[in-house]
Amino acid sequence: MMLDALDRQIINTLQSGFPLCDEPYAELAAGLGVDERTLLQRLQRLLDERVLTRFGPLYRADRLGGAFSLVAMKVPEDRFEQVAEIVNRFAEVAHNYQREHVFNMWFVLATDSAERVDEVNREIEKCCGLPVYNMPKLKEYFIHLDLKVEEADGSP
Amino acid sequence: MTLQVADEVECNGIDELDRRIIIATQTGLPLVSRPYDVLARQLGISAEELMQRIRRMQDGGIIRRIGAVPNHYALGYRANGMTVWDVPDDRIDSLGEKVGALEFVSHCYHRPRRLPDWPYNLFAMVHAHSREQALQHVAQIAELLAEADRGHDVLFSTRILKKTGMRLK
Repeated sequence: MMLDALDRQIINTLQSGFPLCDEPYAELAAGLGVDERTLLQRLQRLLDERVLTRFGPLYRADRLGGAFSLVAMKVPEDRFEQVAEIVNRFAEVAHNYQREHVFNMWFVLATDSAERVDEVNREIEKCCGLPVYNMPKLKEYFIHLDLKVEEADGSP
Repeated sequence: MTLQVADEVECNGIDELDRRIIIATQTGLPLVSRPYDVLARQLGISAEELMQRIRRMQDGGIIRRIGAVPNHYALGYRANGMTVWDVPDDRIDSLGEKVGALEFVSHCYHRPRRLPDWPYNLFAMVHAHSREQALQHVAQIAELLAEADRGHDVLFSTRILKKTGMRLK
C-alpha cells in the first residue's frame, strides 16, 4: 500500500500516544489539520491493510501478574509450516517471526501467570516434538517505540 | 487502616473491573467519534470512570502507552534484524544502556545464554531500510562494544508468522 504524507503523519503521531478525552479522534485530527471523519477513514484503512497491526492501549503482561518470554526453536525446513501452525494456535503466543538462522522460529509468549510460561513451553515441545529455548528478559535497557516513517519509503 | 487498603486492592494492583477493561480494549479501541463512551456502555460504567481507570493503569505502568503498533515491513523497514552479542556479564548493564540508546535500536534486552547452542546474552533489535544499512548499524554497535564484543550474529526476520499482542482470556 502506498502511504501519502497524511498517512505518515498519522502513523508517527499515533506511535507516541493517544488522548484520553470524550472525542479523542477529533482532538487528534485537529492537530493534524484534518477533520475527524478523514482521520477515522485513514486509520481504518491502515488497519485493514495491516500497515498498523494494532491500535489501542498496549498492556504489559508482566505488570499484570503475568510474564513475557522470548522463545526460540530450530525447526527443520520441511516441517516449518506445520510447526508454525501448532505454535500460533496457542493464545499465549503474542508474536512469532521466522528468521534466517539455525534458530529459525522466534516467538514471544505473553501469559497471565509466571508459571504459565513453562507450561506453554512444555505443551509446545510435546505437540511439535522439538525442544524450545526459553530466553526471558533479565533486564530491559531502553525502548524506542516510535519508528519514524520517512518520505519516499512508503511502499514495500 | 493499611490492612483495609490491602484488602481492597488485589496483589497486582488491578481489580475485576480493570480486568474487564483490559479484555474489552486489548484488541483495539473502537474507531468511532466517542470510543470511550461506547466501551463504557459495554462495561456498564461511565466514560468518566473508564478514562480514570485507564489513566491509572497508564500511570502505574500497566499500560505502556495508547497508540498504534506498526508493521515494520509496511513502513519501509525491510531489514529487521535481531542483533545478538556475547558480552561479559559484569559489564552488560552499562553496555546495554549504551546500545539501547542508539537511535536505530528499538529494543535492547539482557537475556540468558543457552549454552552450548546459544552463547549470546545481549539482544538489540535493529530496523533499517536495507540489509546494507542494517549491517552498518551492526558495525556501529560492534565499534561501541569494542573488546567487550566476544562474538555476535544478526538474525534477519523473513516473515511475520503472527502478531496479535497480549490476549487475556
